[in-house]
Amino acid sequence: MLDVTKAPRDDDQPLLLAEGLSKSFGRLQACREVSFALYPGEVLAIVGESGSGKSTLLQLLSAQMAPNAGSVSYRMRDGVMRDLGALGEAERRFLFRTDWGFVHQDPAMGLRMAVSAGANVGERLMAVGHNHYGKIRQTAASWLERVEISVDRIDDAPKTYSGGMRQRLQIARNLVTEPRLVFMDEPTGGLDVSVQARLLDMMRTLVSELGLAAIVVTHDLAVARLLSHRVMVMQGGRVVETGLTDQVLDDPREPYTQLLVSSILPA
Amino acid sequence: MIPMIDIRNAEKTFVMHLQDGIRLPVVRGVSFHVAPGECVVLSGPSGAGKSSILKMIFGNYRCDGGMIGVQHLGSTIDLATAEPRQILSVRRNTIGYVSQFLRAVPRVAALDVVAEPLLATGVTRDEARERAGALLRRLNIPERLWKLPPSTFSGGEQQRVNIARGFISSLPILLLDEPTASLDAVNRAVVVELVAEKKRDGVAMVAIVHDDEVRHLIADRLVDVTSFAAAA
Repeated sequence: MLDVTKAPRDDDQPLLLAEGLSKSFGRLQACREVSFALYPGEVLAIVGESGSGKSTLLQLLSAQMAPNAGSVSYRMRDGVMRDLGALGEAERRFLFRTDWGFVHQDPAMGLRMAVSAGANVGERLMAVGHNHYGKIRQTAASWLERVEISVDRIDDAPKTYSGGMRQRLQIARNLVTEPRLVFMDEPTGGLDVSVQARLLDMMRTLVSELGLAAIVVTHDLAVARLLSHRVMVMQGGRVVETGLTDQVLDDPREPYTQLLVSSILPA
Repeated sequence: MIPMIDIRNAEKTFVMHLQDGIRLPVVRGVSFHVAPGECVVLSGPSGAGKSSILKMIFGNYRCDGGMIGVQHLGSTIDLATAEPRQILSVRRNTIGYVSQFLRAVPRVAALDVVAEPLLATGVTRDEARERAGALLRRLNIPERLWKLPPSTFSGGEQQRVNIARGFISSLPILLLDEPTASLDAVNRAVVVELVAEKKRDGVAMVAIVHDDEVRHLIADRLVDVTSFAAAA
């Protein structure tokens, strides 16, 4: 279980606010009237099976896709709540490079596979204005260490890394700019179970140490239990149940949630 | 004196949608209160709903009716209607829960599992580890195990790690779900001592204890759960 003694803090202003988000592709309603507030330091898991709309929702929340209806607003570092749909392209990209992270299921989508690990991490720093080579390399090295990648691999390209190492490198690349919000799309999908455990433990520690807010899409309820404070269960594009993670998983109320919870194979 | 916990007419029913929507009423009309420095032991046979009541007070099970009032940071909060964020705040600042089983996190050393709640309250890592070590020593966990993740420990050892984690912080309410279930006499006595110390510190406790001797030693008052049985 996630350690509730740490984040989220008792902060009364939401960091991100989704209101009535809907998206359809032709006749397919991928997302229907989703509303919620995410607070600083809070980790929200979005669970549901394939096709439930959770990945579409993540795209909408991270402003990578425009909704048909509804809006997402985000509290910028200056404290002002801004409608993401009204941001200019340059502003959106700046947000992505600085205040947000996005961890893809497939590390190849979040990394540049042919350049060195050090450059992958350093690139995000340069994007926010760092220009001292020695310091950038030093910061990159300390982040590799934090995600348990041996510093002597700093000059190797991630294409020479294992799947678990690539995923850890992707996390380092995302966190180096000290974002306040990280989106994660099935961050442990496709990894061996032993590799998953190590990654989960690492993410759990980093999230609470840095006081990060995160939105984690996963079909794995064990991942939701370990990482999140709150969970949102999706089915057919709709949020069918939401609440404290351990409450929803230990005392599921809706038929679909009961089905999901009862479908877990005992270890 | 204002009770730390004030439960009135709380009730819980499970609806099993996968079994044709069968309704399983668990408890109804749950009403009792707990004063600071008092240990209330829930009594009644297995299946009477003792654990469910404890889980409702912790916000782990939802409460379907009534009120679960708790003194939290100087005011009363009703856990039956509280938002998830409020429940998290209550768990951080007010209510601790010692369950029978440790939900072990892979790779975290026993010493750090125990020290973690203290770190969150701003205690330095060195001091938190020192106090964690002192508590593990009291509970007879040999020092050579402290650096290992408790997932490899025996049931009794895991339970003692869990007890240490639950008792290390100074939260004003503690819920104890069979804290001595798989402990030997020596360690049962240590737990009885720890409970007595918490009472002196003014901590309000609700406990489930099957061992008659331990119950006799820690209970200030018994609340018979069978009177809350929800007739189907």
